[in-house]
Amino acid sequence: MLDLMAGFVAELRSAGLPVSLTENLDAMEAIRQIPIEDRDAFKYALGATLVKNSAHWKAFETVFEVYFSLRGPEYSIKDEDSPDEFWREMQDQMRQGEGKGGGGAMDSLTQEEMMNLLMRALMNGDQAMMRAMARQAVQRFAGMEPGRPVGGTYYLYRTLRNLDLENMLDKLQDAQRETATEPLTDLEERLNKDEIESRIEKFKQEIEAEIRRKLVADRGAEAMAKTLRKPLPEDVEFMHASRDEMANLKKALYPLTRKIAARLTRKRRKGRKGPLDFRSTVRHSLAYGGVPAEPKFRSPRPSKPELMVVADISGSVAAFARFTLMLVYALQGQFSKVRSFVFIDGLDEVTEYFKSTEDIAEAIQRVNTEADVVWVDGHSDYGHAFEVFWEKYGRDVNAKTTVLLLGDARNNYHAAQSWVVKEIKKSAKNVYWLNPEPRSYWNTGDSIVGEYGNHTDGVYECRNLRQLEAFVEKLV
Amino acid sequence: MGNRFESVQAVRDGLKEVNYLADDGIASVAFLADRLGKPVLIEGPAGTGKTQLAKSIAELTGARLIRLQCYEGLDESKALYEWNYKKQLLRIQADKNSDSWNDVHDDIFSEEFLLTRPLLEAIRSEDPVVLLIDEVDRVEMETEALLLEILSEYQVSIPELGTITAKQIPLVFLTSNNTRELSEALKRRCLYLHVDYPDLEREKLIVLTKVEGITEHLADQIARIVRNIRQLDLKKSPSVSETLDWARTLMLLGIEHIDAEQAKETLHILLKYQTDIAKAVKELSSGK
Repeated sequence: MLDLMAGFVAELRSAGLPVSLTENLDAMEAIRQIPIEDRDAFKYALGATLVKNSAHWKAFETVFEVYFSLRGPEYSIKDEDSPDEFWREMQDQMRQGEGKGGGGAMDSLTQEEMMNLLMRALMNGDQAMMRAMARQAVQRFAGMEPGRPVGGTYYLYRTLRNLDLENMLDKLQDAQRETATEPLTDLEERLNKDEIESRIEKFKQEIEAEIRRKLVADRGAEAMAKTLRKPLPEDVEFMHASRDEMANLKKALYPLTRKIAARLTRKRRKGRKGPLDFRSTVRHSLAYGGVPAEPKFRSPRPSKPELMVVADISGSVAAFARFTLMLVYALQGQFSKVRSFVFIDGLDEVTEYFKSTEDIAEAIQRVNTEADVVWVDGHSDYGHAFEVFWEKYGRDVNAKTTVLLLGDARNNYHAAQSWVVKEIKKSAKNVYWLNPEPRSYWNTGDSIVGEYGNHTDGVYECRNLRQLEAFVEKLV
Repeated sequence: MGNRFESVQAVRDGLKEVNYLADDGIASVAFLADRLGKPVLIEGPAGTGKTQLAKSIAELTGARLIRLQCYEGLDESKALYEWNYKKQLLRIQADKNSDSWNDVHDDIFSEEFLLTRPLLEAIRSEDPVVLLIDEVDRVEMETEALLLEILSEYQVSIPELGTITAKQIPLVFLTSNNTRELSEALKRRCLYLHVDYPDLEREKLIVLTKVEGITEHLADQIARIVRNIRQLDLKKSPSVSETLDWARTLMLLGIEHIDAEQAKETLHILLKYQTDIAKAVKELSSGK
């Protein structure tokens, strides 16, 4: 057990979770109090002592699954006809239900029969049945072979393709419509659909878990944990985020802005004091018999910078630009004025989109669809975009303005026109460049971030939420 | 350390009796908090029953609940203890001549002149207590340090009096709405529990237990609609307490079966932002 725990904690640490020594000791103490058969309680005992940030819970769950839930001989890939409790139970149920004697071994079920069973399981939301079905489906369709160096996603894909779950959704809905005594309203139909979708989603997760279990049995926990290791939400790179990760990032964004805003107001309030407040001082002096023993000061007016964001929204860096725009607008209150421009090879102002609606996501949507950013061919041309910017909006840049330039500076070998950045720097308060690429890629190939960077107050690497957060805080 | 609960299941059943439906995570952590004698830090969105958990545990164990509401500017004299200056002053003036300086000095810094505040009170209490430190994320980073001694050692050091150690280990719950990152030092000393919105089944059960006379059909519908709305990209998702308010409203209106129209008309109880309401209306009225 001790060895297992040591491996577990080491894996958590390499997944990026900060587990301290005392926390490790607490975890040891905690699991002594919990009967080991109670898997759930055991998991929560470890979770409560080792994970102190809800964003890390997912990573913890994955590691936990690999190390603790997935052990035992029944998960071996080779063992094709392992006795399966759930499966037997289910067959019994089926026999009772339909009075169809002797369905035979599960392997003799035709695909159609199997699909019917699955449909019933989904319909009733029967957890145990669904788990058994997942197990059977993986055994049947995934075609797993021991020692084969294929990732879990490949098996998952094979299994799902054979199950055809999209079709299942329609079928289930039809079935529900039939069983209902009176015609369903639109609302009810939608709610039913939601329910079915979530059940199917659960079923998919069961399949995924099942595949993982088998892989762990085959390859061992450590190797498996390594392949499953995913970056924590704050470390996910903008440029390579998958769709799921992107959705998670978006979810993380709003609480983050709240956090930043709260921290900033606090910092401002605690900061330097303003000039003497005569009225308040006299009023408070009454408590000391007219002696102004406690001088009162006005709180200073916070200087809020004006912000101009100029963002490249071409393919590769679009996600990053969207993200930064969202963050900046979510923090609007911290700036006296925010204007935003987007470009690919042409440039367009998009401030209006954000002003006309309260919903940032909607504004971003409009930026993507409506902004007029293509000039010739729709490949990034920083030089031309900057020229247009200077020509049209250059005179609005003044000593209070902070200009943010976002992009990877991959200019497709067009003319750099870096004099524009130099000019902006002359009239603006600050100019910063945020680059979503790792520092080691800068100035390789057609990236000319160095040439622009020379004229700015700083070029920052902004690959993930953590770095972006740090920068924004510095900015305000 | 403690032995208030038999097992995880016992916590769960006990909480159910006092009308709090715990899931596995909540019950396990509450059980561990007692066994290990460690405070619990509860985080999660507003209105998911964080504070209620502490109250329910207090009710379950028959302990007195001592609550410290945190706010910006909370300090030692409000959280721990304070010397009763006025009384001390009176004491000095009462018999000016009789006592020597030492007597007076020893006398005015005795327990008689000590005003206990929630934290000290929880430590000194003879009978079992549950200490609830509410919204701990509202105090400044520096003030957090004030809590550390009491959380790890269950003691308070008062320079003039010495160290006061707890007579019994209280159950301590800290809640946080996560408006800022709490310090590592604080987190390290606590068990961590993240309370999220409940899943469909649990929410339905909560509605059934908390709202009297509601039919299972209606509770099921409510839970489903709320889940649907929570999936939208909203400024503020409906909390459990808002779900309950909504259920009560529907009961008052005598609605037994929600259709889209009725749902839309009463949405403002679930959602508090105009943009959110607009989104939800759009979602509810769109067809399949």
